[in-house]
Formats: sequence, C-alpha cells, structure tokens
Amino acid sequence: MERLIVVGNGMVGVACLENILAHKKKFDVTVFGDETHANYNRILLSSVLAGERSADEITINGLDWYQKNGIGLRLGVRIVNVNTTLRTVTGDDGGMMQYDKLIIATGSGAFIPPMDGIYRRNVFTFRNMEDTFGMMRVAGEGKRAVVIGGGLLGLEAARGLQIQGCETTVIHIVDTLMNNQLDSTGGDLLKRRMEELGIQVLAGRRVKSILGRDEVEALEFMDGERIPADLVCIATGIRPNADLARAAGIACGRGITVNDYLETSDPRVFAVGECTEHRGEVYGLVAPLLEQAKVLAATLTDNRGPVFEGWKPAAKLKIMGLDVFSAGESLETPGTDAVRFDDPGAGVYKKLLVRDNKLVGCVLVGDASDSNRYMDWLRSETDLTVRRKSLLFPEPAADKGSSIADIPDSETVCGCMGVTKGRIISAIHDNGIRSMAQLKECTRATTGCGSCSGVCEGLLKAVSPEFEEDTKRVICKCLPFSQDNLREIIQTQKLKSVQEVLEIYGNGIGCEICKPALSYLVDVVWCGDHEEDRSARFINDRVHANIQNDGTFSVVPRMRGGVTTPAELRRIAEVAEKYKVPLVKVTGSQRIDLLGIKKQDLPNVWRDLGMPSGQAYTKGVRMVKTCVGTEFCRFGVQDAMGTGIELERRLENLFTPHKTKLGVTGCPRNCAEVTVKDIGLIGQEGSWQVVVGGAAGKHVRKADLLVTVETTEEAIEATLLFFQYYREHGHYLERTYDFVERLGMERVRKETVYANAKDKKNLLRRLQKSKAFSQDAWKEGSTPVNTTQFIQIQPMEGASREVVQ
Amino acid sequence: MWTRITGIENIPLREGRTVDLVDREIAIFNLGTRFAAIDAQCPHRGGPLCDGIVTGCGPSLADAPVRGHAVVCPLHGWKIDLDSGSVLKPDVSVRVETYEVRVDSGIIEINVPKARKVAA
Repeated sequence: MERLIVVGNGMVGVACLENILAHKKKFDVTVFGDETHANYNRILLSSVLAGERSADEITINGLDWYQKNGIGLRLGVRIVNVNTTLRTVTGDDGGMMQYDKLIIATGSGAFIPPMDGIYRRNVFTFRNMEDTFGMMRVAGEGKRAVVIGGGLLGLEAARGLQIQGCETTVIHIVDTLMNNQLDSTGGDLLKRRMEELGIQVLAGRRVKSILGRDEVEALEFMDGERIPADLVCIATGIRPNADLARAAGIACGRGITVNDYLETSDPRVFAVGECTEHRGEVYGLVAPLLEQAKVLAATLTDNRGPVFEGWKPAAKLKIMGLDVFSAGESLETPGTDAVRFDDPGAGVYKKLLVRDNKLVGCVLVGDASDSNRYMDWLRSETDLTVRRKSLLFPEPAADKGSSIADIPDSETVCGCMGVTKGRIISAIHDNGIRSMAQLKECTRATTGCGSCSGVCEGLLKAVSPEFEEDTKRVICKCLPFSQDNLREIIQTQKLKSVQEVLEIYGNGIGCEICKPALSYLVDVVWCGDHEEDRSARFINDRVHANIQNDGTFSVVPRMRGGVTTPAELRRIAEVAEKYKVPLVKVTGSQRIDLLGIKKQDLPNVWRDLGMPSGQAYTKGVRMVKTCVGTEFCRFGVQDAMGTGIELERRLENLFTPHKTKLGVTGCPRNCAEVTVKDIGLIGQEGSWQVVVGGAAGKHVRKADLLVTVETTEEAIEATLLFFQYYREHGHYLERTYDFVERLGMERVRKETVYANAKDKKNLLRRLQKSKAFSQDAWKEGSTPVNTTQFIQIQPMEGASREVVQ
Repeated sequence: MWTRITGIENIPLREGRTVDLVDREIAIFNLGTRFAAIDAQCPHRGGPLCDGIVTGCGPSLADAPVRGHAVVCPLHGWKIDLDSGSVLKPDVSVRVETYEVRVDSGIIEINVPKARKVAA
C-alpha cells in the first residue's frame, strides 16, 4: 500500500481524506496537525466566541473517526521540513517519516499589517481554537475590546466579544466595511447596523501601535489619537502558509502553485486549501476549497480527470439577526447594469450586477433570504433576459413545500460544503436517510455555517417517506428550539421578554406550554432583571396562590424551617375564621394550608396574616424541612433549625425549573427525611453531608452525595452552588432527580463544588443578583401588577344586581 | 343587546377577566388587536376560563396567525377556541357560547341576548 502523508489537520485536508476514503484505492495514511484539537469546523469559531456553540459542537471528526478509518494521527506536531529527494517529512519533535504521496494542507495564518506592539499580552489573532479560548478568558463585563479589521472575520469577532460582555470597537482601514465584498452603500448600511447592535465602528482609521507595559492598555492611531483597550483582536486578512513548500523547492507564488488537478511542481507532492494559489487566486472561503478537496481526491486515487477551474467566491456574515451576503463582483464597471433595492428605513439593501443578461455579482445587506437563487444564477451563468423585470422580486411561493420544489436540482443548497439539492435527494433515496443527523453524516450538508438547515429539513420531509424529527427536545411547536438553545438565544440576542422571544423566534403567540417555560428562562438568564409578563405565567403565578378544583385558591404562608410562634398561629386562626376558610390543614412540608379562599379575598388574607408567601403554588423554593437538631434534641449534633431557616432566607422567592424542596437534619437519624429532598443537609459529628436529587413523589429516589464538608458555611455554599447550577442548566419542569441523572453526578460535582474559584464565584454572583431582584410575591397584595388582578370587574350596565323589568 | 361592560384598560394585554351579568358570567379577553368574549366557565368541570393562558389555535408555527386564538383552562388544560367557542382539546363535540364584542370610546361592549326575567 502506498504511504500518504497529510500535513495539516484542518477542514480541507481532512475533507480530502474523506473523499479519498470514498474511492477504491487505499492508502496507508498519516495526518500531522500542529494544533492539539481534533478536526473542527474553523468557520464556526466565531459562533464559539459568540457563545452559540461549544467547542465540542464544532468538531467535525472526533478521534474515533481516525481510528475507525485506520488513519494515523499525530497532533501537536509541526512539520518543519520536507525533503522531496528522500521523500521525507520531519517534525519539530525530530521524528521523520517517508511518503509515497504528500498532501500539503497547511492552511493560512493571520496577515498582520506593520504596527508596533503586537506581542503584548492580550493581543490575539483569530485563526484557531487557542485564539478563541484565549479571547474568551480575557473578555468579560466591563472589558474594552478593540478589533482591528472590519472584514467578515473581524465583524464576527467583534460581535462575539460584545456578547462576551465587552465594550467593543471595530477599526477598519478604509471607509467601507467588508470592502472586498461590499460597495459603499452596503458597507455604510452594515456600519449602521453594527452600531445599532452596540458596536462602535471607526472606519478610515489606521493603527500605528499597540501600547501597554506588559498587557495591552491602549491603541494609538496614525494621527496620534489614543483609545483604551484591554483586549485587541487583529483580523486584517490571511496569508497562505507556503513556507514549508517554498523551502522544499516547490514552486510558489503567494501560495503553493497548483494546477487544475491540484498538482504542484513536484510529481509526488500535492497541495489543497488556503495554502494554495490557483490561476493566481488565493481562496479564504471554504466552499471552493472543499471543491479542491474533491478534485484532489480523484487525482490521487488514479481517477485523474475532474478539474478545479476556479470559483466565484461568495461570503456570508454569520451574525444572528444581521444578514450580509456577497458573491462575485461587487462594484459597477462600464457595461454592467446595477439593479438596486435600497430601503434605509427597513435596513435592507440589495444590488445585482448584470452583464450581457447574466448575473456577475450580488450584494445583499439586511435580507439574504434569496442568496441561494442568486448564487445559482451566478454559478450556472443563467440567461436572465426573460426575468429582467423582476430580478429582485421572486414569485411569492405559495407554501414552503413548493418553494423547495422550485429549487433546481443543480442549485447548491449548502454553500459551505458545496452540496446541491440533487445530491441531497439522491443521498436520501440511495441511503435510506430519514433524519437530519443521518443527512449530516452522509452529505455534510448543514455542517458549515448551518444557515441552510431549514431548506435541508424541508427537503428531507418532502422526499423521505419515513421522516423522523431529530430527538432534540423542543418545548412545543410554537418555538422549534431546545431549551438549551433558547437560553443561548435569549442571552446572545439580549431578549428580555417572553413576547420578544415568541415574536422573533416563534409563532408570535405561544401556548400554555412554552409561555411559562419562557417566563422561567428569561427570568433566570437575566437574573430577574427582565421584563416580567404576567400573561405568560400560569394563573398561580399571577395571583400567588394555588388554584383549586372549584376555582378558589389555597394560601400557605412561609414558616421557615417549620418553626412558628404563638402570635403567628393566632393570626392564622383569626384569618381562618374571618374569611370563613373551609379547610385548614397541616401540610407535609411543616406548614399550614388555608384552602378555599376566593381570589378577591387574597390581598386581605395576606395582609391579615402578616407573613410572607410560602410559594406553595409555584415552580420555586417551597420549604426547608428541619428536625429539632442541637436546640432541644438529645441526639442532635448540628444546628438543623438554624441552618434550615438561614437556607430558606437565602433561597426564598426564587424560581427554579420545577418545585424545589429542601431539608436539613441534625443527625444521621434523618428525622427530617432529607434523603428524599431535592437538596438535603445531613448533620454529622464535625461535618455535613450535602445530598441532592432525592424524591418522594411519583418517583422515590434516594439523594446522591454531592460533597461532605466540615463547616455550616461550606454546607450552605455547596447548597447555593448546586441550586444556582440547577437553575441554569435544568430544563423547565425537570426535577432535580431527573436533572442529576441526565447530567451525571460527576459532572454536577465538577461544575459546582469542585469548579474553579472563578466559576464558583460567578454562580454565586448570579444567584445574588437574582435574589436582589426578587421580592415576597405577597407584597403585590397592596401593589398589584394589574389593577384588576384581584378585583371582580363590575359591568357598567346589565349587572346581576340590577332588577330587570 | 349591546351592553356597556368596562374600560379597555381594565383587561390587561393577553389576559382575561370575568364579568357577572344578570343571567350569565362572561369572560373577556384582550388579544392585543381585538377583544373576545365567551362564557366564563369551562364545559369540562366549570373551571374559570378567564384565568387561562391565551394561545394560538393551530399546533404549528404557520397556523398561528391565521387560525386565531384560544384559551387553555387552568384546571385540566381544555383548550377553547375564542372565536367559535368550540373545544379544540380534547376531541369532544361541546362548545361554549361566544359573544360579539366592540369597543366604543374606550369602553368594551358585548352583544348579549336580553336577560331572562328575574323576580324583583
């Protein structure tokens, strides 16, 4: 078997290997990558920075893929020398390996324009996972980030840094943002839209130096002006990594020179991707490079024939809510007609450039929904004579089905991975694909920027006889997202109310399932600093009482730790008599329930009780059940009541994914039954056990040990950490017992009690913020959110009191 | 007979309130662009429909704007179409009465049949 070495473990090199595996000819393959990460989707780094995806989610091929296909993988090794006579490569670890065929896929590095001070700390480029993590470590609330470069990558970096909490500025050397892809009108509109997102844009400015002692502190422009900066990201373009090939005597221009078959000047050496130069062009976008990968795979596997003839580049900005697309030419030239739609008020600009009745370029800002159609006209050089009067106005599709049917088979649906509609349909038929997961696995469609997911799913539904929804747990059909997804959306898009989420991402109305869930999510994401909408809450959370089977309500005042006083008991008794409460019952939570109270009486009942709400009606903190503990009990070894009351004070009035019951017991006899509570503290001689995930309802489950600690303060801190972690990661209506099983205790421990100091501090900080925004709900008795919340509306005429003749 | 009920400000956006008329209780809902009125009690177990969450009628994203609004009873989740009064969930063939609503100078008016005679 011939030995094939691939230098570079990026998207294109590995895509080429994937293509080679599909051919008959087999190689003994070794891949060298200088990064320590397995193969991942570099295009999506900006969405990692923007918190939309995790590093795991952008992995294309995990280590198991290499194993399964018998590919040798050496990560963290940089190839420093190629000897074309001996046919060897040498790594920076001193290791040497011989090849029969060599693929150089070394990609590109950041092009950094001349300026001083680029080696100061917290100055980054934005090329790989390390850069991304580095920026995420420095970024945060109150930090000032400056991005040098207003191209595609720079703008995405700026948005990401802003979402990480930074005050963000973009500096661009010329007046037009994305000037390689846009004209000045498009660039100006883009600038305005970026500024509307809260990102400052300084265009037509040039940076002279990066200042600071050790870490960056400021930037200085050519004119001497300075602006402060805590983080600098340089995104001023790329340069092919061709030095390795150049040193080996292989012909290079700006990149490694390749012909239409991706062959270099050495018959055994091939090159592919951003490191190449083809017919004078260097590509920095993934679609043409994946096309190169296919061609090279054919060349290498004795199927030499397919050629790469260059590509009309297209670029799409991946910022949620801000569509920018450009393909082909962007500037008017003599003999070219520009067809424009320009509505500054709506923030939409479209321009098509037409020459000889063919589309030669397009610029779309604010609405890129037609980009696939234009891309198809551009690539296939469609004659547009008959469409000249309606180039910008497609026939409105009657429904989603027919608009998918209208797409020609040759049209590229997934621009990143270069997958056509025809390819998807044949894959569905030939491979019996029935889910999006299978479609991704088989065709790679949607695995780039992901913006074609809707079209692909529509195609799958239309073509596959046995379409299966992915097992992503969407809340309901009003809002086709998982809860984890929604948290990200609410956070990154800064949505503060339920209605905003529904209007932008859902059907605008919502239902009894998603509205309470969204109410919870906006509350927890913004730590209570959100726009409360009571119409989205269940009736219990509008009137702060539990609705009963006859439309009356039950009232349970808070009795922290189950400890009360004669005065409180006396008031409860008086209220029960005054309002003729039909039933007074001691609950299982060491509290007293008054049942059968009319809605109109609730404010007066609360006032007369003079006790806070016990939240017995809501998905929140119910109670902390306690035993007597050291106070009176002769066996007690820890202060159960004192600790329980303290915990209840710290956590009351907060919402949780589902109801949360706690317990504190003063000795291992466990009289407070805390091992079947959501969170329980078990006092022992000289220590506390903190247990979580217990249940004694529909399910009975013994709680798992979270941690054993010495002091009461530590036990309380462990409780608060788990509590906030559950609030942030639990699905709405998921009890702790399902939550800990879904995540696994190991992960829960690692991310709460064993987390690093910074993460712990942040969990506690967010909990404190929520607490500061919360209040005893029964205070609304005197200041209701809506004036008619507790009042029966009296009709102006036709009332039941009037006597009708 | 058009009957003056109450000022529009008394029914908060996307919520409902009940009014007690001579021979019937009616729940009025504020749907943002219009109001809807139906009998106040759920045909299942008499639950207070005014306390329900307002939702769309159809199950999917595309249906919602065209198919109008419904309310979900807080007791057992029966879903009532606010325009037709029919029960959408579960699949039973019962309905509640619906009433025409109009707004005149900020006052909600409902068209109710003349009340049955009540002894003085």
